[in-house]
Amino acid sequence: MIDTVVSVEMLVEEVLRIKKNRLAPDECTGTEKRLCLASGSHGDELSGQYICYQVIRRIKEEFHNLTGIVDVYPAMNPLGLDAQTRDFPLLDVDMNTVFPGDDDGAILEHAASRIIKDMAGADICLDIHSSNSLIREIPQVRLNDDVIESVMPYAKIMNTELVWIHPSTSVRPGSLAYALNTIGVKTMVIEAGVALRIDYDYCEQIVDGIFSLMKQMGIWAGEVKPVRQPMIATDGDVWFVNAESSGLFVPNIKHSMKVKKGEKIGTIVDVITGSVEERIYAPCDGLVFTFREYPVIEEGALIARIFGGDLHE
Amino acid sequence: MNKEIIFNMSTAFRGEYAILGYRFGHGEKAACIIGAMRGNEFQQLYMCSQLIAKLEQLEAKGAIVANKEILIVPSLNYNSMNVGKKFWVADNMDINRSFPGNPEGPATSRIAAAILERVKGYSYGIQFASFYMGGEFIPHIRLTEEGAHNVSMASLFGMPYILAASERAFDATTLAYNWQKQGTSAFSVYTGATERIDEERARQGVAAILRFLTRMGIIRYNCHGGYISSVVEEDDLLSIRADMPGFFRKKVSTNTEVARGQLLAEIVDSFRGDVISRMVAPTDGIIFYQQVQPMVFQNSVAFKMIKRIHE
Ligand SMILES: [Zn+2]
Repeated sequence: MIDTVVSVEMLVEEVLRIKKNRLAPDECTGTEKRLCLASGSHGDELSGQYICYQVIRRIKEEFHNLTGIVDVYPAMNPLGLDAQTRDFPLLDVDMNTVFPGDDDGAILEHAASRIIKDMAGADICLDIHSSNSLIREIPQVRLNDDVIESVMPYAKIMNTELVWIHPSTSVRPGSLAYALNTIGVKTMVIEAGVALRIDYDYCEQIVDGIFSLMKQMGIWAGEVKPVRQPMIATDGDVWFVNAESSGLFVPNIKHSMKVKKGEKIGTIVDVITGSVEERIYAPCDGLVFTFREYPVIEEGALIARIFGGDLHE
Repeated sequence: MNKEIIFNMSTAFRGEYAILGYRFGHGEKAACIIGAMRGNEFQQLYMCSQLIAKLEQLEAKGAIVANKEILIVPSLNYNSMNVGKKFWVADNMDINRSFPGNPEGPATSRIAAAILERVKGYSYGIQFASFYMGGEFIPHIRLTEEGAHNVSMASLFGMPYILAASERAFDATTLAYNWQKQGTSAFSVYTGATERIDEERARQGVAAILRFLTRMGIIRYNCHGGYISSVVEEDDLLSIRADMPGFFRKKVSTNTEVARGQLLAEIVDSFRGDVISRMVAPTDGIIFYQQVQPMVFQNSVAFKMIKRIHE
């Protein structure tokens, strides 16, 4: 059943509508567990769109196996998705910084508040992101360190390569995840792939993770695939590699490769002089879980993040 | 006057980028002024340019007090201004959400760290700020919650109002907050305009800085007394929201006294042109803020009022 969660008049004629699809067994007792799948707060991230589609399609295919409620909110920032902008258009505000919002506020605060109200009372929420257009991410769960105890058991069965305990903007105050965790909805953030593109393999992997989560919650009676055991990263295990020069980045490795300390990751070249400005080497043995996608580089730009902790080998 | 490079970096296509500082006098770190932090802060950059011109004249006349140093940093991201962007060119990051910064992080974070390091130790820190919501204010000095005890010092600017701010989620990432925290008395000066130049208010803003520097014994300058500042708690400002979306036809300006029931603005239907809503003052008071866009969203804040206290 498709519901309109938010409905606000725009400046001229149109109405902004944020919708959800509620999938629930025909006969509900009122005691069913509820999972929320949220995506599209960043209008340039598209993987979540495909993931939501696949989850809904698979549930409909085996509808008899659904024993709880799944609320899917694919497009929290429909104007951004439409305009290919990461932020909420017109206001140039990152939607994932305004939660829990304000019911009496203007368009964006009001929308944020209505979304929180609609999700309140759910058992678990998954906020699905796909990085930005500059860097590519391996499928990972991000957690703020204040929710490790309550959320980690679920984070581990999401079929991602990695769980990273890190105060990213996507889990800090202002984010959907932070606001929901505050009111008792256990919320995880998924980051996978790169903005403006869909990595279909990653998406399928996360969809399998979502069904594994549903099984664990007791709202899916169907078969699920076995999941990967994720590596658990804290900030002590993660090495940031930032550029120290500007130019064009020419990679020597591929994303999600394992590297040895001292191995060349890539070079930064100066296009007009034809010279190599910088050779970049891995600072540790480990897994390159974040890697530069957009090749134009300025000093300080993030080139890679390497997980140097236990690789389960 | 001495010109110095506070931070520099290479870029892929535009050569070197340097953040410049202009230093007047020498000795004890007395006052530091930071101008535009965003690419749309034309008024803030303009005020810095006027201040630098004035201080050059004063320095030539020997009017900078001995053993006092003033540093002015007119712009942290003029590269954004040059391409018509509000935030950092390469990644759209806001420098004033990047403090305290990290010298090994991305560019905005490096800039924040370098600036915070360079402006450390000044007795007084002044920032020409713009409001993240846009719109127009009565000129005022804003004090962070951490710096709330500096009210009497802030009154020496002689600006009409001092706004004692309430905390916002992003405060810890701003310059003012971190500056105050590292021991400088930090003041944010709002003159009301951002994307266009308001000559009169720019002059007022520059005069307020010169007045403050004079009263703090940093320069010798003959200035007018300015206003006796009223202190307003940010939480006490009354927000008046538009109840319909449409064209915003304003009937009052900031800094005007209004009476309860007085018409503040009309909202006009975007296609049919009829007045669909009339916004009236809910109480007697003074208009402190107004939005300046041609149209308003439903429920957006169109005005903020200072409630009149009846004696
Ligand atoms: Zn995102």
